[in-house]
Parts: sequence; structure tokens; C-alpha cells
Amino acid sequence: MTATDTGPGRGPAGPVPVVDGWFTTGDAPHLLGSRCAACGTVAFPPRPGALCRNPACRGREHATVELSRTGTVWSYTDAQYQPPPPYVPATDPFEPFALAAVELAEERLVVLGQVAWGVGVDDLRVGAPVELVVEPLYEVDGVAHLVWRWRPTGER
Amino acid sequence: MGDHDVAVLGVGMHEWGKWGRPFQEYGITAALRALDDAGVDWPDVQLIVGGETVRNGYPGYVAGATMAEALGWTGARVATAYAACASGAAALEVARTRILAGLCDVALVVGADTTPKGFLAPNAGERWDDADWLRFRLLGMTNPAYFALYARRRMDLYGATDADFAAVKVKNARHGLANPYARYRKEVTADDVLASPMVADPLRLLEVCATSDGAAAVVVSSMAYARRHTTDPVRVRAISTVTPTFPNTVIEMPNLSTDSAVAVAPGDRGFRDSIAHACYEESGLGPEDLSLAEVYDLSTALELDWYENIGLCPVGEAERLLADGATALGGRVPVNPSGGLSCFGEAVPAQALAQVCEVAWQLRGQATGRQVPDASVGITANQGLFGHGSSVLLSR
Repeated sequence: MTATDTGPGRGPAGPVPVVDGWFTTGDAPHLLGSRCAACGTVAFPPRPGALCRNPACRGREHATVELSRTGTVWSYTDAQYQPPPPYVPATDPFEPFALAAVELAEERLVVLGQVAWGVGVDDLRVGAPVELVVEPLYEVDGVAHLVWRWRPTGER
Repeated sequence: MGDHDVAVLGVGMHEWGKWGRPFQEYGITAALRALDDAGVDWPDVQLIVGGETVRNGYPGYVAGATMAEALGWTGARVATAYAACASGAAALEVARTRILAGLCDVALVVGADTTPKGFLAPNAGERWDDADWLRFRLLGMTNPAYFALYARRRMDLYGATDADFAAVKVKNARHGLANPYARYRKEVTADDVLASPMVADPLRLLEVCATSDGAAAVVVSSMAYARRHTTDPVRVRAISTVTPTFPNTVIEMPNLSTDSAVAVAPGDRGFRDSIAHACYEESGLGPEDLSLAEVYDLSTALELDWYENIGLCPVGEAERLLADGATALGGRVPVNPSGGLSCFGEAVPAQALAQVCEVAWQLRGQATGRQVPDASVGITANQGLFGHGSSVLLSR
């Protein structure tokens, strides 16, 4: 199964992002971050109005920016046991899923995410290129809640 | 010897295990053992500092006062310190600095915990602005999953193998066999490790530390006070409670991302490297002076990271140091002679103090069955959630 099988618009009616303002949906989704107007430091998740994380900067004005939708794997693992709440299991019985920390070259930061449904640790390696996809994380009252995930591009 | 030394007059621990009793019970036992070891009566203690334990409700949030009341009110000054896994070291630092400021001669530091079964999880309630809650809700990212990211990087970057990681467990299991306070005292083979179920690839069940009940306590005093009680006390030479430096480019529990290095280039020394380094700077000692180290082996692979972080070997060479036997009892610089978290499991606010207890016993030559010969300098290293570095350097 790939992201496009379960992606937005093909799951249950009216899928919604699990959290507002952290990522866009559609065919080429992006994570959304803050870029400090004063020093250019990028942060994910977005931090509207927050003091810039750069200790030498007093910036509080941040532009909301789309982050690179491709990156390289910094490292990866999986969850072989069902995580405890507040994790909401997507399937019963639980099915293991993979996780990756991905380095975005332009923004020079690493973002964690689950790996696209059906992709396991055997399909990953440190340094491998991946792209962002959006897939259902869990359902509440029949409504899919969407989350960002990383999927190998297959390039070397 | 430095002007900023304080004496470790006494140390004491409650056995580590899983009984589910109130944490105060364990704490009292450890405290009374440390007081007896020091030859100090509880009413003579001027300051008590508790390592906070957030899973045990209000008594845990006010651990210093909870322990003071449990031991019997004496009017002693009180403080409570929270630094997640580093809480014990943070509590010890409160005691040390009050002693060095001349505000106090003798202090008792206690950490105790009782832990739930299974994965550690955040407190109940919906908190969409809390990274520690969000990492479970959005990602299902447990503590072992973070440890596994670091483990996998060792494999893909430095060629570490499952066998290397298993060898850490085999070593620590052997170290802990004779430790009366360890929860797990059983020889483990590499085959046992590799046959245990995968938790978070590449880490297996026997490679990630359990959560335990336990308690540890330390009595510290000014050097002047110590001279009235003993001739050659173990000294705390340095304590590190450093935070990261921006930009921290390593993904840290419980965060969903790192800092961005786009505006400011990362420094030469990463956060974990800075932890013991601060102790070396403060004490004037270095990794070459160490007789032993107690490091926070939340996983087998993480112990290998620590070898490099505390300066025992260059980056990428920890597997070879282990294979050469340098970090086993009998080697050049034994690491985790107590058996480490591998044999204890983690009792969060007690663990950094348990590391200090072990180093103190080693430096006094009292680590029966696991003694490092002629131990003169030892270090502890630990990292607590939310940016808490901790390291304690002790010597005779």
C-alpha cells in the first residue's frame, strides 16, 4: 500500500489534519514552519509570535513558510509494540509502523515523522532520500485524521 | 584538590525492583542507610533535597518535603529539584552549592521512585502544546524509539552490528551479578539478547532498560565538617548540569524536530559531548584520569555513544573499545561496573544518585564482587528529558 491509496480525498469523507497549521495537504504536501524575520532561523512546528530560538536574536515576527518536501534520512526505527496513550491505534490488532528522522538540507533541521504506511525499516537507510506524504493517522467517528509521513523516493 | 570540593560522607540505596509500594518507603530506607554510612543523625542534617518524581502525584512533586516528613520533621531547610532523568544530579547540585556558599554544613539528598509497568508515558490529559504529549499522539514515538534512532545511526555510519550491541548487555549483566542492589542479576548470553523480541529496530527487549522502583541517597558535607567525621572522604570534584547550545542538531526526546542551523552554525561540541566536558573543565581532570565511569545505558547502543561523549575514545571507535575489553571489569576503564541501567532498570529521580553511590563505593574499595582495582577517579554521565545534562566527577 502506498500513500496515494489512502491519501487525502480517497479515505473516509471529510478527512481533517490531526493538528491545524502544521502541514498542507493535496498532491504535493509541505510541512509548515516559522522563519524568523530578523535572523532567518526556521522552526517546526510553527511558533507564531514566539521568541526566536536563536539566543542572539530577539525576533518575534515569523513568516509561515512551506518547508522542503524532500530530505534525507538522519535515522530510522519502528514500533513493534503498540505505544501507550495518547497514541491512538490505527488498527486492531496493532500493526508495527516505521519512524524516521529526516534532515532538510535547505532549512538545516531534522524533523521526525512516521514512515508511509507499508514501508518498513528494510526499505530505509541513513542518507536515503525521502519525500513528504499525508496519510490518515486514525479515525474519530468515521472521520480520518491526517498526519505527515515520510516515504522513500527510491532514488539513490 | 580544589576549593570547590564537597565530601561524600555517606551513600545508601534501596534495592531496585518492582513492588509498586509508595516511593517514600524506598526513600526512607536509602536515606537511613546513607545517614548510617555517614555516621550522621537525621536531626543533625541541615538541608534535605529531594529528586522530584512526577508520576507519583503531589507527594512526588514536593519530594524534598515528602522525605523530610517521612523521616520526621526536624526544621531542616528543604528543596526539591526536577530535571527528569537528571533530577538526582540536579538535587545534589543544590546541596553542593549551598554548602559551598557557606549556608550549610551537611545535607541529605534523596531520590526515590515507583514506576508503572511498560513504556513510560506522559501524564493524562490532552495537551496539544506539549511535545512530550504530541510525540505519542502524532507519531507513537516511545522512549526506546528515540534510543533506536541513535543505535541505527551507529550501524549505518560506523558499521556497528547487532553483536556489538548485544556484547554491551552481556558485559553489564556480568558486572551486575554481585551487586546486591541490582534488580536483574543473571548472566545473559549474546544469543539470549538476539533471541529477545524486537522493540524498536534495531533494539531488542534485553537491550532497552526497564522501569524500576528504587531509591538512592547521598549525605554530602563541607570538607571542614567531613574532617570531624572521617579521614579520607570521597570528594565531589565537579557537577555538570549543562543545557544544550543553540542550534542543537541532534533529535532529542521528546522533541519532534531539532533546532535549525540555517542562521547559526553548530559549535564544535554537541550537547552530549558538553555534559562530561563541563566536569573536566571544572575539576581540571580529564578522561585519561578516569578509573571508571557510570553512564546512562538506556539502551545497549547508547552506552557506546557515551564512550565517545565522555572522551574515552574518538567518534566511531566505541565498538572497538568494547571489543578490546577496555570497558569491562579488568579493562583499562570499566564502564558501568554496577551493571548499569541494564541490571537496574530506571528509577528516574534516583538513578543519577545511584550512579554517584556506585562511584563512591568504587573509590572507597567497597564494591564487593565488582571492584575496580585502585580506583581513584570516577565520573557519572546522564541526560534528562527536556535538555538536562548531568555529570558528577568524584575522586579520593
